[in-house]
Amino acid sequence: MLLNQFLLLAAILFCIGVYGVIARRNAVMVLMSVELILNAVNINLVAFGQLHDVTFGHVFALFVIAVAAAEVGVGLALVIMIYRNKRSVDLDQVDLMKG
Amino acid sequence: MSQLAFSTLAQLSAEGGDTLVAQNIFFSIIAIIMVFSAIRVVTTKNVVHAALHLVLVLAGVAAIYILLTAEFIAVTQVLVYIGAIVVLLLFGIMLTEARLGEDQNLNNNYRLPAVITAVALLAVMSFALWDQFDDQKLPEPLFDGADDPALVEYALENEPGLFDELDPQDDNYDDQVAEIIEARASLFNGVQDTEEVSDTIFSTYIIPFEAISVLLLAALIGAIVLARKE
Repeated sequence: MLLNQFLLLAAILFCIGVYGVIARRNAVMVLMSVELILNAVNINLVAFGQLHDVTFGHVFALFVIAVAAAEVGVGLALVIMIYRNKRSVDLDQVDLMKG
Repeated sequence: MSQLAFSTLAQLSAEGGDTLVAQNIFFSIIAIIMVFSAIRVVTTKNVVHAALHLVLVLAGVAAIYILLTAEFIAVTQVLVYIGAIVVLLLFGIMLTEARLGEDQNLNNNYRLPAVITAVALLAVMSFALWDQFDDQKLPEPLFDGADDPALVEYALENEPGLFDELDPQDDNYDDQVAEIIEARASLFNGVQDTEEVSDTIFSTYIIPFEAISVLLLAALIGAIVLARKE
């Protein structure tokens, strides 16, 4: 199998995720798009690990999965707190720190 | 053992083993499903549908890991992402906007700039990838499973130390050789299996591993502190 077919698939997923982060207004949807981006990166890590026949590609993919789990936990806690205070998860309305 | 039969079979497997048609078909199907579902995740107007499409994408990523012979990562992907993160996201949806039908208010006014950014990024990235990696191939397994006769020959030639304790006059010699090779098939094949991954995590990367566990603990406590009622 070509290396590039995996890398291109990851690139497509990454760009779809970037589109979602920019265009979505609902905070939970933005978190989902971030998950897409992290998964794209993970595919790259495993594919390169396979290319060079080394183990740490897999190890770093596992670390990224762990960090993603932590990120979603804290992210959703933040979203729920914002919802409790503002009765909305619309990111355009979260402009408390705007100068 | 007849050495002649082994070498003939070795030639056969060397000639037929470099196409991997099935893997490529499998990859194409999965890739199409993944890209379609990913687009649905970022465009659908129904929040719950987006989460369910996300499950398809994550399952596709797990299948890609299996294609890349990273079984442990694939299982972890299913456990952590599909089993935990999607459930968390669904909880997030339920606890915030419990609007289960279509929601017109999910996108902001930056859709056009977002499309332009994504397409430009994709163009740059694909150009860079083609430029750098063109048609570079991933290394393929040398042998066709643990009972490939070519593998026996390769092992006898390159790792004679493994078979020192065996007696060639023994009636079960062939069986014992096959047993040793089966236990070490992944070693000869150049495939990283779970054993090797765990060895690496708990030797070379033990400090990052401990740091990750502290990070998870901190994230957990942080989430509880953030989300609990005053």
